[in-house]
Amino acid sequence: MSAKVLLVDDEKDFLDIMVERMEARGMDVSTACSAEDALKMVQTESYDAVIIDFLMPEMDGFSALKMFKKSRPDLSVILLTANVTEEKRIEVIKLGALDVIEKPADLNVLTQKIEEARARK
Amino acid sequence: MGWKPEIITETGLQFFGRISASISHEIKNVLAIINENAGLLEDLTLMADRGQPIDPSRLKIMAAAVQKQIGRADGILKNMNRFAHSIDETAADVDLNQTIEFVKALTARFAAMRNVSVDLQLPTSSLTIPTAPFFLMNLLCLCLDFAMSASGDEKRVELAVAETENSAQIRFQGLAGLTEELLKTFPSDREKNLLAVLGADLTVEPEREEIVLRLSKNNV
Repeated sequence: MSAKVLLVDDEKDFLDIMVERMEARGMDVSTACSAEDALKMVQTESYDAVIIDFLMPEMDGFSALKMFKKSRPDLSVILLTANVTEEKRIEVIKLGALDVIEKPADLNVLTQKIEEARARK
Repeated sequence: MGWKPEIITETGLQFFGRISASISHEIKNVLAIINENAGLLEDLTLMADRGQPIDPSRLKIMAAAVQKQIGRADGILKNMNRFAHSIDETAADVDLNQTIEFVKALTARFAAMRNVSVDLQLPTSSLTIPTAPFFLMNLLCLCLDFAMSASGDEKRVELAVAETENSAQIRFQGLAGLTEELLKTFPSDREKNLLAVLGADLTVEPEREEIVLRLSKNNV
Protein backbone atom coordinates (compact mmCIF):
# COMPACT_ATOMS: atom_id res chain seq x y z
CA MET A 1 0.00 0.00 0.00
CA SER A 2 1.31 3.42 -0.94
CA ALA A 3 2.14 6.15 1.55
CA LYS A 4 -0.64 8.73 1.86
CA VAL A 5 0.82 12.21 2.14
CA LEU A 6 -0.62 15.70 2.45
CA LEU A 7 1.71 18.36 1.07
CA VAL A 8 1.05 21.96 2.11
CA ASP A 9 2.76 24.97 0.54
CA ASP A 10 1.60 28.32 -0.85
CA GLU A 11 4.00 27.96 -3.81
CA LYS A 12 1.89 26.25 -6.46
CA ASP A 13 4.90 25.61 -8.74
CA PHE A 14 6.60 23.79 -5.86
CA LEU A 15 3.50 21.71 -5.11
CA ASP A 16 3.07 20.68 -8.74
CA ILE A 17 6.57 19.35 -9.24
CA MET A 18 6.73 17.70 -5.81
CA VAL A 19 3.48 15.87 -6.53
CA GLU A 20 4.87 14.60 -9.84
CA ARG A 21 8.07 13.34 -8.24
CA MET A 22 6.40 11.83 -5.18
CA GLU A 23 3.70 10.10 -7.23
CA ALA A 24 6.44 8.67 -9.45
CA ARG A 25 7.77 7.07 -6.25
CA GLY A 26 4.40 5.45 -5.66
CA MET A 27 3.02 7.86 -3.07
CA ASP A 28 -0.58 8.99 -2.89
CA VAL A 29 -0.24 12.78 -2.61
CA SER A 30 -2.89 15.39 -1.78
CA THR A 31 -2.13 19.10 -1.66
CA ALA A 32 -3.29 22.26 0.10
CA CYS A 33 -2.20 25.85 -0.44
CA SER A 34 -2.94 26.99 3.11
CA ALA A 35 -2.69 25.63 6.64
CA GLU A 36 -6.40 26.31 7.12
CA ASP A 37 -7.32 24.06 4.19
CA ALA A 38 -4.87 21.42 5.42
CA LEU A 39 -6.49 21.45 8.87
CA LYS A 40 -9.87 20.73 7.33
CA MET A 41 -8.38 17.90 5.29
CA VAL A 42 -6.73 16.13 8.23
CA GLN A 43 -10.03 16.16 10.06
CA THR A 44 -11.75 14.16 7.33
CA GLU A 45 -8.90 12.07 5.92
CA SER A 46 -6.16 9.93 7.41
CA TYR A 47 -2.61 10.63 6.23
CA ASP A 48 0.66 8.86 6.94
CA ALA A 49 2.38 12.25 6.99
CA VAL A 50 1.71 15.94 6.51
CA ILE A 51 4.54 17.95 4.99
CA ILE A 52 4.05 21.66 5.53
CA ASP A 53 6.03 24.78 4.70
CA PHE A 54 7.06 26.66 7.81
CA LEU A 55 6.15 30.12 6.54
CA MET A 56 2.67 30.29 5.11
CA PRO A 57 0.18 33.15 4.83
CA GLU A 58 -1.97 33.75 7.90
CA MET A 59 -0.79 30.75 9.91
CA ASP A 60 2.90 29.96 10.50
CA GLY A 61 4.35 26.49 10.97
CA PHE A 62 4.36 26.68 14.77
CA SER A 63 0.65 27.53 14.90
CA ALA A 64 -0.25 24.99 12.22
CA LEU A 65 1.72 22.26 13.99
CA LYS A 66 -0.05 22.97 17.29
CA MET A 67 -3.44 22.84 15.54
CA PHE A 68 -2.59 19.59 13.75
CA LYS A 69 -1.45 17.93 16.97
CA LYS A 70 -4.51 19.19 18.84
CA SER A 71 -6.80 17.85 16.13
CA ARG A 72 -4.87 14.61 15.44
CA PRO A 73 -2.27 13.91 18.16
CA ASP A 74 -0.94 10.87 16.31
CA LEU A 75 -0.37 12.72 13.04
CA SER A 76 3.21 12.81 11.75
CA VAL A 77 4.11 16.33 10.68
CA ILE A 78 7.27 17.21 8.75
CA LEU A 79 8.07 20.90 8.44
CA LEU A 80 9.86 22.34 5.43
CA THR A 81 11.65 25.62 5.93
CA ALA A 82 13.92 27.94 3.99
CA ASN A 83 16.20 28.42 6.99
CA VAL A 84 16.47 26.08 9.93
CA THR A 85 18.41 26.71 13.13
CA GLU A 86 19.10 24.11 15.78
CA GLU A 87 16.90 26.09 18.20
CA LYS A 88 14.02 26.01 15.74
CA ARG A 89 14.49 22.27 15.16
CA ILE A 90 14.43 21.55 18.91
CA GLU A 91 11.39 23.74 19.41
CA VAL A 92 9.28 22.11 16.68
CA ILE A 93 10.28 18.61 17.75
CA LYS A 94 9.22 19.46 21.30
CA LEU A 95 5.90 20.52 19.81
CA GLY A 96 5.54 17.06 18.29
CA ALA A 97 6.90 17.43 14.75
CA LEU A 98 8.56 14.36 13.26
CA ASP A 99 11.32 16.54 11.84
CA VAL A 100 12.13 19.81 10.17
CA ILE A 101 13.86 19.74 6.78
CA GLU A 102 15.57 22.64 5.07
CA LYS A 103 14.65 23.74 1.55
CA PRO A 104 15.84 22.82 -1.03
CA ALA A 105 15.07 19.38 0.34
CA ASP A 106 16.55 16.09 -0.79
CA LEU A 107 13.57 13.98 -1.84
CA ASN A 108 15.36 10.83 -0.72
CA VAL A 109 15.63 12.25 2.80
CA LEU A 110 11.98 13.31 2.69
CA THR A 111 10.97 9.84 1.49
CA GLN A 112 12.87 8.26 4.40
CA LYS A 113 10.99 10.52 6.81
CA ILE A 114 7.66 9.56 5.25
CA GLU A 115 8.57 5.88 5.66
CA GLU A 116 9.49 6.61 9.30
CA ALA A 117 6.06 8.20 9.73
CA ARG A 118 4.34 5.16 8.22
CA ALA A 119 6.26 2.85 10.54
CA ARG A 120 5.00 4.80 13.54
CA LYS A 121 1.33 4.29 12.61
CA MET B 1 19.76 66.92 17.41
CA GLY B 2 16.35 65.57 18.46
CA TRP B 3 17.15 61.91 17.74
CA LYS B 4 19.26 59.22 19.35
CA PRO B 5 22.03 57.71 17.19
CA GLU B 6 21.85 54.38 19.03
CA ILE B 7 18.14 54.01 18.28
CA ILE B 8 18.67 54.97 14.63
CA THR B 9 21.54 52.47 14.32
CA GLU B 10 19.54 49.67 15.95
CA THR B 11 16.43 50.43 13.90
CA GLY B 12 18.43 50.56 10.67
CA LEU B 13 20.17 47.27 11.41
CA GLN B 14 16.85 45.61 12.27
CA PHE B 15 15.41 46.87 8.99
CA PHE B 16 18.41 45.67 6.99
CA GLY B 17 18.27 42.28 8.72
CA ARG B 18 14.54 41.86 8.22
CA ILE B 19 14.66 42.65 4.52
CA SER B 20 17.79 40.50 3.98
CA ALA B 21 16.15 37.55 5.76
CA SER B 22 13.04 37.92 3.65
CA ILE B 23 15.10 38.01 0.45
CA SER B 24 17.09 34.94 1.47
CA HIS B 25 13.83 33.12 2.20
CA GLU B 26 12.46 33.98 -1.23
CA ILE B 27 15.65 32.86 -2.94
CA LYS B 28 15.55 29.54 -1.07
CA ASN B 29 11.99 28.99 -2.29
CA VAL B 30 13.17 29.62 -5.85
CA LEU B 31 16.08 27.20 -5.36
CA ALA B 32 13.68 24.58 -4.00
CA ILE B 33 11.66 24.65 -7.22
CA ILE B 34 14.77 24.55 -9.42
CA ASN B 35 16.09 21.71 -7.28
CA GLU B 36 12.91 19.68 -7.80
CA ASN B 37 13.10 20.29 -11.56
CA ALA B 38 16.68 19.02 -11.55
CA GLY B 39 15.52 16.04 -9.50
CA LEU B 40 12.75 15.31 -11.96
CA LEU B 41 15.23 15.48 -14.82
CA GLU B 42 17.35 12.95 -12.96
CA ASP B 43 14.28 10.73 -12.45
CA LEU B 44 13.51 10.90 -16.18
CA THR B 45 17.07 10.00 -17.20
CA LEU B 46 17.04 7.04 -14.84
CA MET B 47 13.79 5.90 -16.44
CA ALA B 48 15.36 6.40 -19.90
CA ASP B 49 18.26 4.18 -18.82
CA ARG B 50 15.64 1.51 -18.16
CA GLY B 51 14.22 1.92 -21.66
CA GLN B 52 11.42 4.42 -21.11
CA PRO B 53 11.88 7.26 -23.62
CA ILE B 54 11.88 10.87 -22.46
CA ASP B 55 9.04 12.93 -23.85
CA PRO B 56 10.58 16.11 -25.36
CA SER B 57 7.47 18.13 -24.51
CA ARG B 58 8.03 17.25 -20.85
CA LEU B 59 11.58 18.61 -21.07
CA LYS B 60 10.25 21.80 -22.67
CA ILE B 61 7.86 22.33 -19.73
CA MET B 62 10.70 21.79 -17.26
CA ALA B 63 12.98 24.24 -19.08
CA ALA B 64 10.21 26.85 -18.99
CA ALA B 65 9.68 26.21 -15.26
CA VAL B 66 13.39 26.71 -14.54
CA GLN B 67 13.54 29.85 -16.70
CA LYS B 68 10.53 31.24 -14.83
CA GLN B 69 12.29 30.74 -11.50
CA ILE B 70 15.52 32.27 -12.82
CA GLY B 71 13.55 35.35 -13.88
CA ARG B 72 11.97 35.47 -10.44
CA ALA B 73 15.34 35.17 -8.68
CA ASP B 74 16.80 37.84 -10.95
CA GLY B 75 14.04 40.26 -9.91
CA ILE B 76 14.60 39.46 -6.23
CA LEU B 77 18.37 39.98 -6.54
CA LYS B 78 17.96 43.25 -8.45
CA ASN B 79 15.80 44.50 -5.59
CA MET B 80 18.37 43.26 -3.09
CA ASN B 81 21.15 45.10 -4.92
CA ARG B 82 19.15 48.33 -5.06
CA PHE B 83 18.27 47.98 -1.39
CA ALA B 84 21.91 47.35 -0.42
CA HIS B 85 23.00 50.47 -2.32
CA SER B 86 20.33 52.63 -0.69
CA ILE B 87 22.72 53.14 2.23
CA ASP B 88 25.51 54.49 -0.05
CA GLU B 89 24.40 58.10 0.19
CA THR B 90 23.22 59.60 3.45
CA ALA B 91 21.41 62.36 1.55
CA ALA B 92 20.08 62.39 -2.00
CA ASP B 93 17.21 63.57 -4.17
CA VAL B 94 14.82 60.66 -4.54
CA ASP B 95 11.78 60.05 -6.68
CA LEU B 96 9.06 59.40 -4.13
CA ASN B 97 6.84 57.41 -6.49
CA GLN B 98 9.68 55.05 -7.35
CA THR B 99 10.67 54.73 -3.70
CA ILE B 100 7.13 53.82 -2.66
CA GLU B 101 6.85 51.26 -5.46
CA PHE B 102 10.16 49.81 -4.34
CA VAL B 103 9.05 49.62 -0.71
CA LYS B 104 5.90 47.84 -1.85
CA ALA B 105 8.07 45.31 -3.72
CA LEU B 106 10.39 44.81 -0.75
CA THR B 107 7.47 44.19 1.61
CA ALA B 108 5.36 42.12 -0.78
CA ARG B 109 6.19 38.91 1.06
CA PHE B 110 5.19 40.41 4.44
CA ALA B 111 1.89 41.55 2.92
CA ALA B 112 1.32 38.10 1.40
CA MET B 113 2.01 36.44 4.77
CA ARG B 114 -0.80 38.54 6.24
CA ASN B 115 -3.08 38.25 3.22
CA VAL B 116 -3.11 42.05 2.99
CA SER B 117 -3.29 43.77 -0.38
CA VAL B 118 -1.40 47.04 -0.81
CA ASP B 119 -2.63 49.48 -3.44
CA LEU B 120 -0.84 52.64 -4.56
CA GLN B 121 -2.37 55.93 -5.62
CA LEU B 122 0.59 57.81 -7.01
CA PRO B 123 0.68 61.17 -8.78
CA THR B 124 1.14 60.95 -12.54
CA SER B 125 4.13 63.32 -12.45
CA SER B 126 7.29 62.46 -10.56
CA LEU B 127 7.81 63.98 -7.14
CA THR B 128 11.41 64.46 -6.05
CA ILE B 129 12.40 65.20 -2.49
CA PRO B 130 15.77 65.64 -0.78
CA THR B 131 16.04 62.97 1.87
CA ALA B 132 18.08 60.19 3.46
CA PRO B 133 17.05 57.30 1.14
CA PHE B 134 17.69 54.39 3.51
CA PHE B 135 16.00 55.99 6.49
CA LEU B 136 13.04 57.06 4.36
CA MET B 137 12.56 53.46 3.22
CA ASN B 138 12.94 52.30 6.81
CA LEU B 139 10.22 54.71 7.96
CA LEU B 140 7.92 53.83 5.05
CA CYS B 141 8.30 50.11 5.83
CA LEU B 142 7.52 50.66 9.51
CA CYS B 143 4.46 52.74 8.65
CA LEU B 144 3.30 50.15 6.12
CA ASP B 145 3.86 47.36 8.63
CA PHE B 146 1.71 49.19 11.16
CA ALA B 147 -0.91 49.96 8.50
CA MET B 148 -1.11 46.26 7.63
CA SER B 149 -1.61 45.43 11.32
CA ALA B 150 -4.42 48.00 11.44
CA SER B 151 -6.10 47.01 8.17
CA GLY B 152 -8.90 45.14 9.98
CA ASP B 153 -11.13 42.62 8.22
CA GLU B 154 -10.84 44.41 4.88
CA LYS B 155 -7.12 43.52 4.70
CA ARG B 156 -6.43 46.26 2.20
CA VAL B 157 -4.12 49.23 2.64
CA GLU B 158 -3.90 52.11 0.20
CA LEU B 159 -0.96 54.48 -0.01
CA ALA B 160 -2.01 57.78 -1.54
CA VAL B 161 0.67 60.33 -2.37
CA ALA B 162 -0.06 64.02 -2.81
CA GLU B 163 2.08 67.11 -3.18
CA THR B 164 1.57 70.40 -1.35
CA GLU B 165 3.59 73.60 -1.71
CA ASN B 166 6.29 72.57 0.75
CA SER B 167 5.75 68.91 1.39
CA ALA B 168 4.88 65.50 0.06
CA GLN B 169 2.09 63.70 1.91
CA ILE B 170 1.74 59.94 2.07
CA ARG B 171 -1.58 58.75 3.44
CA PHE B 172 -1.81 55.15 4.62
CA GLN B 173 -5.52 54.55 4.27
CA GLY B 174 -8.02 51.82 4.99
CA LEU B 175 -6.99 51.30 8.61
CA ALA B 176 -10.39 50.04 9.78
CA GLY B 177 -8.75 48.02 12.56
CA LEU B 178 -7.08 50.99 14.25
CA THR B 179 -7.82 50.00 17.86
CA GLU B 180 -6.89 51.77 21.12
CA GLU B 181 -4.37 49.00 21.77
CA LEU B 182 -2.64 49.56 18.44
CA LEU B 183 -2.66 53.31 18.90
CA LYS B 184 -0.63 52.86 22.09
CA THR B 185 2.17 51.23 20.08
CA PHE B 186 2.54 53.73 17.26
CA PRO B 187 4.55 55.78 16.64
CA SER B 188 7.18 54.07 18.79
CA ASP B 189 10.68 55.39 19.52
CA ARG B 190 11.84 53.87 16.24
CA GLU B 191 9.42 55.89 14.12
CA LYS B 192 9.91 59.01 16.25
CA ASN B 193 13.67 58.94 15.78
CA LEU B 194 13.39 58.31 12.04
CA LEU B 195 10.92 61.20 11.76
CA ALA B 196 13.44 63.44 13.55
CA VAL B 197 16.30 62.34 11.27
CA LEU B 198 14.19 63.00 8.17
CA GLY B 199 12.65 66.23 9.45
CA ALA B 200 9.29 64.62 8.78
CA ASP B 201 5.96 64.70 10.56
CA LEU B 202 3.41 61.96 11.20
CA THR B 203 -0.16 62.08 12.44
CA VAL B 204 -2.49 59.21 13.25
CA GLU B 205 -6.10 60.00 12.45
CA PRO B 206 -8.33 57.19 13.78
CA GLU B 207 -11.59 58.84 12.74
CA ARG B 208 -10.36 58.95 9.13
CA GLU B 209 -8.83 55.47 9.51
CA GLU B 210 -5.45 56.67 8.26
CA ILE B 211 -1.97 57.79 9.14
CA VAL B 212 -0.42 60.71 7.32
CA LEU B 213 3.30 61.09 6.76
CA ARG B 214 4.53 64.51 5.65
CA LEU B 215 7.98 64.87 4.12
CA SER B 216 9.54 68.27 3.55
CA LYS B 217 10.43 69.12 -0.05
CA ASN B 218 13.12 71.48 1.12
CA ASN B 219 15.48 69.74 3.51
CA VAL B 220 16.53 66.52 5.19
